[in-house]
Amino acid sequence: MPELTSQKIPVTVLTGYLGAGKTTLLNRILSENHGKKYAVIVNEFGEIGIDNDLIIGADEEVFEMNNGCVCCTVRGDLVRILDGLMKRKGKFDAIIVETTGLADPAPVAQTFFVDEDVQKNARLDAVVTVADAKWLSDRLRDAPEAKNQIAFADVIVLNKTDLVSKAELAEVEARIRGINPYAKLHRTERCQVALSDVLERGAFDLDRILEIEPEFLDVGDGHDHDHHHDHDHHHHGHSHGGLKHYHDEDMQSLSLRSNKPIDASKFMPWLQNLVASEGQKILRSKGILAFSDDDDRYVFQGVHMMLEGDHQRAWKDGEPRESRLVFIGRELPEQMIRDGFENCIVA
Amino acid sequence: MKEFDPLDNSASIVSVTDRVQPVKIGAPVIAIHFLGDNAAFVCAEENVALVNGAVETARVAVHGGGILCVASDGERIVMGGDDGKVVSLDAKGVTATLATDPKRRWIDNVAIHPDGAVAWSAGKTAFVRSVKGEEKSFDVPSTVGGLAFAPKGMRLAIAHYNGVTLWFPNMAGSAQVLEWAGSHLGVMFSPDNRFLVTSMHEPALHGWRLADIRHMRMTGYPGRVRSMSWSAGGKALATSGADTVILWPFASKDGPMGKEPAMLAPLQARVTQVACHPKQDIFAAGYSDGTILMVRLDDGAEILVRRNGTEPVSAVAWNAKGTMLAFAAEDGDAGLLEL
Repeated sequence: MPELTSQKIPVTVLTGYLGAGKTTLLNRILSENHGKKYAVIVNEFGEIGIDNDLIIGADEEVFEMNNGCVCCTVRGDLVRILDGLMKRKGKFDAIIVETTGLADPAPVAQTFFVDEDVQKNARLDAVVTVADAKWLSDRLRDAPEAKNQIAFADVIVLNKTDLVSKAELAEVEARIRGINPYAKLHRTERCQVALSDVLERGAFDLDRILEIEPEFLDVGDGHDHDHHHDHDHHHHGHSHGGLKHYHDEDMQSLSLRSNKPIDASKFMPWLQNLVASEGQKILRSKGILAFSDDDDRYVFQGVHMMLEGDHQRAWKDGEPRESRLVFIGRELPEQMIRDGFENCIVA
Repeated sequence: MKEFDPLDNSASIVSVTDRVQPVKIGAPVIAIHFLGDNAAFVCAEENVALVNGAVETARVAVHGGGILCVASDGERIVMGGDDGKVVSLDAKGVTATLATDPKRRWIDNVAIHPDGAVAWSAGKTAFVRSVKGEEKSFDVPSTVGGLAFAPKGMRLAIAHYNGVTLWFPNMAGSAQVLEWAGSHLGVMFSPDNRFLVTSMHEPALHGWRLADIRHMRMTGYPGRVRSMSWSAGGKALATSGADTVILWPFASKDGPMGKEPAMLAPLQARVTQVACHPKQDIFAAGYSDGTILMVRLDDGAEILVRRNGTEPVSAVAWNAKGTMLAFAAEDGDAGLLEL
């Protein structure tokens, strides 16, 4: 039985390329008058301007699990640190893990899926990526780490927006959306973002995978449009009513949907096999499923090859029983995924 | 596999629960060690409670924060904390700070040599301080997961990612690396110095026969092994991590190679702590549902020491003579049983 999530300590993973403003955001979180205590796991000591007993230096040791799966990596140091921190339960309300600028967020996230003891005590809340509005476009071209961090994010803090023109901002946002249309995006100067927008997001909470609509549809850019971003077009940098769309060359998202019921006995093995064979390419996956002969919504999420899923709640009266899946990844085998999913639809 | 629930079926098992003297520590306990007649309950933070005859005689402040690791030789306890300090405590309740990490790094592991030397680790560095106070250090490629002194000679086993390094602090350039892929988080020598066993991040143990470095894989656990204890004379290694106590046979020259482990004391709860009696073929096991059993190795006969229905058992220990058993659960509810 899963433990009550409320008793588990929420963990926010803070990523971002070098110089984007991670430390600024961290200092803001720690200095704000929120009445909460944070344990902070950092890689570079000394940059934090706040006295805090619970700032712990990490070594960012990425360990492979002994299960023959190369993408099954965890942060060994994090396992150890969380273990130690649990001895001080009650001394802090939440944990923030800051990664180095060059880190891949996957091993951090996977630590929370793989390690039994970590899972018992802590829950991953969200991956927050700080991005530099001025330099992100360049980094997306030359730094695969930066792209990973954008693709992996639940929340993107697009920082230093005061240093770019409106057109440049639109450009960098479009590039972000070309990779990850699902993350919440906040434009900031000096990381001025409401803490409630970056903390306690519940992004990995199965109960809160309620809507997996592309976030950019409701970005308040002052005009209405109902364009569904289905990725069935392959032009680069085209625009719809002023909103530019990019398709990143190698990192994309893929969304699938069906109004017809899904055959669970076909879908489950298909999904398992898909992440087992293509898990290295798939960074994140999420889905809400309407199975045939099942009155409950089934929700799942995954990081690379790791999946967790559960029946969430009954479909409400009048609620359209629509199944939706999202994959974010690198060189996703789009046609294969589409065909595989199509095959799970009850004829 | 037989199953039973001590609450519903308690008539079928011998119980000594009424002979247990309750002790209220009131804080989570991570380890218990006997110092003479005193049972020392090491708390998760700051203090050690010294208990004599179920009466707390002293609560000694040892660390300014979380206590991360504990070792004892029966005369003193050595602890490492998240305050970057290595602190010892003797039976009289006298403390001494043995070392302070200059960068205030966490002290992740400690070990005591039979001659009184102390080892500890912070990050990737293992330190040894001899009885004379001479300090030496050794860096391994990744964070130290566990430390153990060999029962003979001055040799320190340092567990880390992808293996164990055997370091001879008194011989320069003499380290030997035993490789095995994966993250090794705990390490111990067999009492006869013939085997080295690690507990891994995966739910498995790994062993080496030191004479020829033959590998022993001990797998099949549903959960990570956090507690290991050698039976009297080192005939078997009792381990936590499953819903029974798993005992690996080490009596023969090949150790557990090619053999099945014994599985004793099955419950519908995970074994969290195991402590073998120092003289007889008996062990005490604590479970995730709060149950504590005393079990005979030969036939698996069980005696109920503590009923289920509480927080997981976090520490179980015998005194050196084997006449007293002390235990504690994660919520600080503890007890002493005189035999």
